[in-house]
Amino acid sequence: MLRTFKIGGIHPCDNKLSKSSSIEVFPLPAKVVIPLSQHIGAPASPVVAKGDKVKVGTLIATAAGFVSSNIHSSVSGTVAAVDMVPDTAGIRKMSVTINVGGDEWEESIDRSDILVKECNLSSKEIIDKIAAAGIVGMGGATFPTQVKLSVPPGKKAEYLIINGVECEPYLTSDHRVMLEKAEQVMVGVDILCKALDVKKAYIGIENNKPDAIAHMSKVAAAYPHITVVPLKVQYPQGGEKQLIDAVINRQVPSGGLPIDVGAVVQNVGTALAVYEAVQKNKPLFERVVTVTGKNLPTPKNFLVRIGTPVSALLAQCGGVPENTGKIINGGPMMGRAIANIEGTITKGSSGILTMEEKEAVRGEESPCIRCSKCVSVCPMGLEPYLLCVMSKKGLFAEMEEHKPTDCIECGSCAYTCPAHIPLLDFIRIGKGEVMKIIRSRK
Amino acid sequence: MNETLLFTILTLCVLGVLAALILYFVAQKFKVYEDPRIDEVEKMLPGANCGGCGFPGCRGMADALVKSENIDALYCPVGGSNTMKGIAAFLGKEAAEKEPQVAVIRCSGSCDKRPKTNVYNGAKRCSIAASLYSGETGCSFGCLGFGDCELACSFGAIKINPVTGLPEVDEEKCTACGACVKACPKMIIELRKKGVKNRRVFVSCVNKDKGAVTRKACSVGCIGCGKCVKTCPFGAITLENNLAYIDPAKCKLCRKCVAECPTGAIHEVNFPPRPPKAAAETGEGVKPAAPKTDKPQAASPKASVETVKPVEEKLVEKEKPVRNVEPVSETETVKTQPAEKEDQVKTQE
Repeated sequence: MLRTFKIGGIHPCDNKLSKSSSIEVFPLPAKVVIPLSQHIGAPASPVVAKGDKVKVGTLIATAAGFVSSNIHSSVSGTVAAVDMVPDTAGIRKMSVTINVGGDEWEESIDRSDILVKECNLSSKEIIDKIAAAGIVGMGGATFPTQVKLSVPPGKKAEYLIINGVECEPYLTSDHRVMLEKAEQVMVGVDILCKALDVKKAYIGIENNKPDAIAHMSKVAAAYPHITVVPLKVQYPQGGEKQLIDAVINRQVPSGGLPIDVGAVVQNVGTALAVYEAVQKNKPLFERVVTVTGKNLPTPKNFLVRIGTPVSALLAQCGGVPENTGKIINGGPMMGRAIANIEGTITKGSSGILTMEEKEAVRGEESPCIRCSKCVSVCPMGLEPYLLCVMSKKGLFAEMEEHKPTDCIECGSCAYTCPAHIPLLDFIRIGKGEVMKIIRSRK
Repeated sequence: MNETLLFTILTLCVLGVLAALILYFVAQKFKVYEDPRIDEVEKMLPGANCGGCGFPGCRGMADALVKSENIDALYCPVGGSNTMKGIAAFLGKEAAEKEPQVAVIRCSGSCDKRPKTNVYNGAKRCSIAASLYSGETGCSFGCLGFGDCELACSFGAIKINPVTGLPEVDEEKCTACGACVKACPKMIIELRKKGVKNRRVFVSCVNKDKGAVTRKACSVGCIGCGKCVKTCPFGAITLENNLAYIDPAKCKLCRKCVAECPTGAIHEVNFPPRPPKAAAETGEGVKPAAPKTDKPQAASPKASVETVKPVEEKLVEKEKPVRNVEPVSETETVKTQPAEKEDQVKTQE
């Protein structure tokens, strides 16, 4: 029997429409808009000004703080502006706009296709290189990777777990990376093992991707310390805590971090970026993005430069279909609706999803019927109905003991609710307020 | 038989007396003294338990009022100065004078003036919509219109108008407790002093975008042109981040800025309507408009006031820019004039 996490979980239809279309290199756009806040933490501070010439891979903003990340130009050309530009949510963010001219890369980047397996750098050198390349968690949470790899004193990482689960329906970017760049990912995993000084790495892949499991297992055979673990399909297995539970059967305590149980989790996309940064000197300026949707004529996977507008990606797939009700940045479960399709792809954009009108409609909210489905599906063992009511009534002080801060915002509760109560929306508000209360106490 | 009965009754009586004595002494020993004035002060407070004073309910406020030496920092916005004076007199302390305030909505981007660029179908709460994205219109600063302020108000003083999609404040009911100010995620609502005869001039916009962006998103937004700043003879207007702000402490309600504003973002409230255009061209109408507020006697010299009606109940409907009001007949002019009618009637008679 295949392993999976123990508490809760749901089984949405996976709709992996683009799983058999190989990664295409997306043509260069005429201009890119690169937001300076593409990661969790402080926005990066710009080091270029209007009129500066940049190449592909030129540093354009430096990390402003411990939890922050460097940002590099994804194209060569001239900086047109450093100002506030609306992102996909319509919120104005400090961004660097670059007019594209040619495709000249920084000389330090190794553009050859040769696989470089050898890595003789020390742990610190590897982490420094990852920090310099501006790598963040590519699964969507965009947590700066160098921070995750810096194990706090007194703690010891025992296992590295690579997340190849891709439990979000529709998305196939990690799937394609595992099929097409398995060798590079494997070297990346090896480098991450070195950086963390761990002896064992697991790659968790759900068994709705049998081709990826087979291919990755074949490549992993050359690395005795890396094991591919097939997992039973269940959402949200891509959550850190759920994946640790599924793979090594350890439970991260409430309020704790994976390192508390000796685990560090990284995405396969991150492993690939680490390989490219450490072995090829290539900073993170492009990523694989799935453009998909039931009503889209040709769902595809693209290798896209950061800063490419969403509208260009949709145009490449045949334009926005007439009956589109919603366009989503990310997957259907955790992604956010796009208000502005001129907004651009960032380091955390794993997919662009169009939804038909009838698919996008939210049901009319009706009173809770006490069926307790939300409780049984919550992967964190919370009581979503209770948190929702408390949040609606503004009882934030009382809410704290019910642990809204443990919520991973996977949306299983709202997905399963027969009364269509927007549980997650209210829990998220409550979570924010409780966090404020906790912070003010410190 | 009788003896048993007697014995039982006696035993019970003795036990009862003993228990009563124990309870009495315990009660004496652990007695918590509570200032009886707290109860009195609580009775004097409005009892709305709105939290506008910063304490959890009126009891908390009463406790603080009785216990603190200096009650300058304590103020009940619902009861206002009169309540505070009464309480101060009762406690023998000095109460701080505060000008009565009222909640003011600083957004006038109604559905027709601020076209929608997308449709939101998530949970109908401003706090949730604001946490997800910029909003349904091109203006990322304006009112979202889902009524978090309405939910927060315990006095029923703020209501979303279904036609405009914007909240409207009932000045009669508003107690300036500030609950709506805290509830609004876009920080549109401001507490401003009620002003002389409830008259106020304020910038009804919080958009900090550059002029061109604002203009595209909304036809009545502040574009940060700075004309009002130049016009204001009292230096009450400041321009910061492409947004004008009128300092209520410096504003003398001359309304020159209202006339100057190219987009109509500056609103005047509760002023008598300006004379019709024709009169303005002759120069007669405009000049007296400025000192109107300061000298009610000089106001509307042409008005032949005979049918003066009580105007208090009309105040509600006047939370609109008067500039939008059509030129009105003489009688209606009087209706919309606030309490100055007494003086006027006398002078004219």
